[in-house]
Amino acid sequence: MRLAAEYDNLIQPVIARAAAQPDLLTLVFIEENGEKEFIRAAQFHTQSLAYARALQSIGIAPGDLVVLVLQHCRELLYAFWGAMYLGAVPSIFPFLTEKLDPAIYMQRVHDLIAQEGVRAVITFPGFKDELRALLADVGCQVLATNDTSVDLVSGNFVVSQPDGERIAFLQHSSGTTGLQKGVALSHRAVLNQIDAYSEAIQLGAQDVIVSWLPLYHDMGLIASLVMPVVAGVPVVWMSPFHWTRSPKILMRAIHEHRGTLCWLPNFAYNHCVRAISKRDLEGLRLDSLRMVINCSEPCRAESHAMFLERFAPYGFREEALATCYAMAENTFAVTQSQPGVAPHVDWVSTDALQRARQAVPAPPASAGSTAMVSCGTPISGCEVAIADDHGNRLPERHVGEVILRSNSMLTEYYHRPDITAQALRDGWYFTGDMGYIADGHLYIAGRKKDLIIVGGKNIYPQDLEAIANNIPGIHPGRAVAFGVFDERVGSEAVVMVCELADGHSGEDEHREIERLLRLRVVQQSEITLSDVRLVGRKWLIKTSSGKISRAANREKYLAEFQPHA
Amino acid sequence: MDAATVSRKLKEYICRELICKADYPLQEDEPLITGGFIDSFSLAQIGVFIETEFGVYIPDVDLTVQKMDTLRQMTARVLEG
Repeated sequence: MRLAAEYDNLIQPVIARAAAQPDLLTLVFIEENGEKEFIRAAQFHTQSLAYARALQSIGIAPGDLVVLVLQHCRELLYAFWGAMYLGAVPSIFPFLTEKLDPAIYMQRVHDLIAQEGVRAVITFPGFKDELRALLADVGCQVLATNDTSVDLVSGNFVVSQPDGERIAFLQHSSGTTGLQKGVALSHRAVLNQIDAYSEAIQLGAQDVIVSWLPLYHDMGLIASLVMPVVAGVPVVWMSPFHWTRSPKILMRAIHEHRGTLCWLPNFAYNHCVRAISKRDLEGLRLDSLRMVINCSEPCRAESHAMFLERFAPYGFREEALATCYAMAENTFAVTQSQPGVAPHVDWVSTDALQRARQAVPAPPASAGSTAMVSCGTPISGCEVAIADDHGNRLPERHVGEVILRSNSMLTEYYHRPDITAQALRDGWYFTGDMGYIADGHLYIAGRKKDLIIVGGKNIYPQDLEAIANNIPGIHPGRAVAFGVFDERVGSEAVVMVCELADGHSGEDEHREIERLLRLRVVQQSEITLSDVRLVGRKWLIKTSSGKISRAANREKYLAEFQPHA
Repeated sequence: MDAATVSRKLKEYICRELICKADYPLQEDEPLITGGFIDSFSLAQIGVFIETEFGVYIPDVDLTVQKMDTLRQMTARVLEG
């Protein structure tokens, strides 16, 4: 694909396709009740245009920020593209779920909108009045999905034609801390990414993408919306909430639509194996899949093996296993494994990896060896290197921070020159991930920051610790959160260890403190804690500078509470 | 199978496999998902467990956070068959 040479922005290819191939299948939208809607290129264009017109009618101009507060629905896709048609900058915000505390959610929406100077929010009719009241003080307008009409489309609306350097959209990471940075991506960067990534996966007209991924995350937004719509490849779409409860719907959709490509975070391999019954798979064929791409959390050989074993009887092939290393700051992909070849597994000495931070080759599948799964090689236009703590380059097989530079990188963290300067140095983006390179392949071996990744979602431990500080019975400032890898789940489990305040010693009292902590954490972050330990004073280890050390306390927790893990 | 047996088996499974604290004194009306004890992914596993253990298939429309948040709700749904 050579879109970047032909087009200046993400709008032109979509309009060109609507005119040249109006009946080309763009999206298949599967409802929770199993009903399907087939959306074609001309319809996608017309519906998106309706949003552009509606936004214009309330005074939104090119360059204005537009936030979408919508559940999984077609309107979300149209609204996203409609905002871009106007030259405005859309960003998708996660929708309120039954687990979150509505008051806290609303406060977060308000703060984000005030902080970034968002000019309009698009939401469901039932949410409009509430949002309007919430946002009255920040000069942000609220548009409901029923405020648009395709009848308005006729007339002289002129679709914006931004130049390639203009910001196309923002991507936000999750959590309170993550919301403070909106990754701003230019049209040019996204077009470059689509060109390079579609080449890396050999994307073609015969492909069918199947996805349950949420769109507020880069993997969902780029791999299952922006890239397919711009490249003209159909995507079959289902609700992330429905998939969570019923992962069989993914396999059924692959079977029914002869899906060829699917992106999954590592935990999803385990979830599909653990929560799909044999009965659910009866009569299904998965042999159309040419790549199932593991992305957005560390890739595990065990997860691949169990997925292969479980789904091979239904036609899934080993060579369809694939991996990718991606991040919103590079639009999406940084590296990709080769299509048609299962990702290389590098067996290294566990001890050398942990102590000397070196990947020393070791005998496969033997005691003292660790299987590292290759994330593939850099996509074209992207350069990857490994740096030490001072930013100096490290040789092959030395573990250090993964840094990259490319033609698909973020322009900035929106309105945040401070954190932009921290992350971007001399044109290189410092990812915070630790890894090594061997024979041109990238391997990820942990993180520099204390970030926890659960099910592909970034969790900032400081957000959870701040919640614990306000729980009666927990000593303020004496709580720590960290991730522990859970083999069964295939992802990190979130653990909290909290010191009790004086005078809280009864077992019933402890149980109430734990209940309240779990409740507040899930209501404010949607995170389910896998383990909570309430400990006595002075249990937690501090660093020499007096801060509570997450790494040291994690080690102490493992030794004391999970000695056999 | 009577309600007490279904409830006991569900409780054992949830505490042992999902909360990972076999001795946790789970109450009948304690909110499991909205209370932060198990996540939405566990619902899918509970569905598979119910099918294997009790031979009852829970359709997707019933396998929701709203309808399956407590032990009492789950037990009642299993007994419906």
